[in-house]
Amino acid sequence: MTMKQWLLPGLLASTCLFSIACSAGPIENYSPVTSDRLKNPEPGNWMLYRRTYDGQGFSPLKEINTSNVKDMRPVWTFSTGVVEGHEAPPIVNNGIMFITTPMGQVIALNAKTGDEYWRYKRQLPDDLFQLHPTNRGVGLWQDKLYLATTDDHVVALDAKTGKVLWDTKVQDYRKGQYLTLMPLVVDGKVIVGGSGGELGVRGYVVAFDADTGKELWRTFTIPGPGEPGHETWTGDDWKSGGGSAWMTGNYDPETKTIYWGVGNAAPWPGDSHPGDNLYTTSVLALDPDNGKIKTHFQYHPNDSWDWDEVDAPMLVDLQRDGRTFKSLIHPGRNAIFWVLERKPDKINYVAGWPFVHTDVWKGVEAETGKPIVDPAHKPVMGKRVEFCPSLWGGKDWPSAAYSQNTKLVYVPANENFCGGFTGEKVPLVAGQLWLGTKPEDIGLKVRPGATHFGELQAWDPATGKKVWSHNFPKSQLFGSVTVTAGDLVLVGGTNDRMFRAFHAKTGELLWEQKTNSGIMGMPIAYEVDGTEYIAVQSGWGVDAQRIQDALATQNNVGIENNVPQGGVVWVFAVKK
Amino acid sequence: MSSPSNKTRRTIILTALATAVHASALRSAGAEEDPPGSDLRPQKADVLVFAEGDHEGEVIKPDDLKPGGPPVRAWPKDPKTSVVRKASRLNEVVIVKLDPAELDDDTRPRSADGIVAYSAICSHAGCPITAWMKAAQGDKEVLKCMCHNSEFDPRQGAQVVFGPAPRRLAALPLVIADGSLTIAGPFIGKIGAQQGG
Ligand code: FES
Repeated sequence: MTMKQWLLPGLLASTCLFSIACSAGPIENYSPVTSDRLKNPEPGNWMLYRRTYDGQGFSPLKEINTSNVKDMRPVWTFSTGVVEGHEAPPIVNNGIMFITTPMGQVIALNAKTGDEYWRYKRQLPDDLFQLHPTNRGVGLWQDKLYLATTDDHVVALDAKTGKVLWDTKVQDYRKGQYLTLMPLVVDGKVIVGGSGGELGVRGYVVAFDADTGKELWRTFTIPGPGEPGHETWTGDDWKSGGGSAWMTGNYDPETKTIYWGVGNAAPWPGDSHPGDNLYTTSVLALDPDNGKIKTHFQYHPNDSWDWDEVDAPMLVDLQRDGRTFKSLIHPGRNAIFWVLERKPDKINYVAGWPFVHTDVWKGVEAETGKPIVDPAHKPVMGKRVEFCPSLWGGKDWPSAAYSQNTKLVYVPANENFCGGFTGEKVPLVAGQLWLGTKPEDIGLKVRPGATHFGELQAWDPATGKKVWSHNFPKSQLFGSVTVTAGDLVLVGGTNDRMFRAFHAKTGELLWEQKTNSGIMGMPIAYEVDGTEYIAVQSGWGVDAQRIQDALATQNNVGIENNVPQGGVVWVFAVKK
Repeated sequence: MSSPSNKTRRTIILTALATAVHASALRSAGAEEDPPGSDLRPQKADVLVFAEGDHEGEVIKPDDLKPGGPPVRAWPKDPKTSVVRKASRLNEVVIVKLDPAELDDDTRPRSADGIVAYSAICSHAGCPITAWMKAAQGDKEVLKCMCHNSEFDPRQGAQVVFGPAPRRLAALPLVIADGSLTIAGPFIGKIGAQQGG
């Protein structure tokens, strides 16, 4: 054997060590990600969960627009080989695309051709059960990527090779702790929040050093003894009160404030945890340097409906009532469209109105922004209570978008779903389900006379007027919305497997394409070598599938349960 | 878990969950506290004990099970050392008593007096299988995983009859010895979830 023959297998082997399945990588000419680039991303890149720190889900690209979108065609696809809900936006940095899939997989692709550079496969423990087997994407910093896993670790990968650089255990997956969100990177800190509210955990947001994985701070969303807000809890309820924070926060670099959404209280029936229960169903304003809570706004106290408010509010400079102010906009899972004012140390209520039918709220107190509850529709222990909207709320975690062109907010809403359950005492065992009801006892009901379910809505946050809506008569709408400067509103989320583009001003359906599966993933727009592309992952599962199963078993609705699973990245362009 | 009591109610029951799913009896005890043998897979001649409820830890006798279900959650126990093998959740099983005439030819030889045992760990994403509900398609009650609605027919080797689960549950052959339900051999089939990717 010659020297060259000896060397070759050795070289290949060392490349393969970098990731579990080795491919064409490593990546040459990777563009390191800096604070400046994250604060002012190039129009052609998508490096944060919603592209920009303000969470608007707006792309300034307009090569593909209302006049030519009819000519948009798939240019490449990539099959992930994984089933279940593919919820991550493709992340694009100067021609390199990173996608994540359920089961903790990261794939690096050439964003122009779809060729694979490398793939990382998390080796999940055999005894893990994944309540929400999904992942919402990788965070970027310098030449590293950050992945949060369902076995409750945060992992740093070398962006060029997929090699693991550090792997930090956050908490114990065997105690019901898990992670599904895309990490938020702010000035060299990797920030994540935990899932597990339905397992009686105490929620938190935690920051790690991007270089070393060392924990820098951890802020519990449920205040302990001596912390402000602790008085809103009774006895030991705070120890297992829920308040998980399982979606990526947004960030205001000017005031150095992170806005992080906090989930429901646990267990569900409100009378089992008396008090307002801060900071469940709230938005927290956090200092990224030390995790200190600067201020907060609670969307509804004493949550009893499983209404997570984890989707962080969008940061929008809003003109309303004759003044311009820095707002937070949040179409809530609790069916209220919130307009708030963010000040460095305070969040003020400005306006709130229902954007779908609800029988839970009688209104919102003008001074405080506190919704007024109808006790007849508030779940309690020992009896069945029905309420509208359903547990999935008016809008679940899939994100709304704000267009800087039209000044409208686009909401993936669900109308005409109600629900209910019977509150029941369940002993708390670490790692066991702790809902306060039997899972078999949870109901979804279609409102009598319902003409549709999913509803893509366009709202003017300045006036509180609905400008247009598109109704889906046979499907829920369970997918995030993206809007572009080409005045295209992009969304999947329906059970007919379609990916659609609407006219941002009129709501006219301009284009649609059937995909392999249903789309829960977040659409993005990006550019390589002067060409604009639209990308989205198709891959149905998790809650979209759960709603589908529930709809299909309702006698009177006539919806078939035939949405296939399996993940594929779809990339589109207009033929030049 | 009790089954829905009437058909009207059943039609409005959500066969799904919002942010929640049924989780299992996870044992958080560290491995160092667990007695030797408690993380071994079920062994031939192990007996079965109740995993929860008023009789937790007591040996299960055939008459303890109600014909037609619901299923009972159980752990294997070494009768010689009295060690309950609950250090790994992969050891948890569900047992259900059925009419022997309903069992198919693969399932009947593994059953004892119509009682069949399967891994309680769902082959989809590893949730515990706890519910006993009418099948989404068909009229019989089946083992149901509330996480993502997979259904398994215990009469047919726990084959998947609905939902995203990719394969049947691992089966645990049973016999009756000295009046107790006793394990006749190791799991048949793979225990636990698929690994993605
Ligand atoms: S884990 Fe059982 S259906 Fe998903």
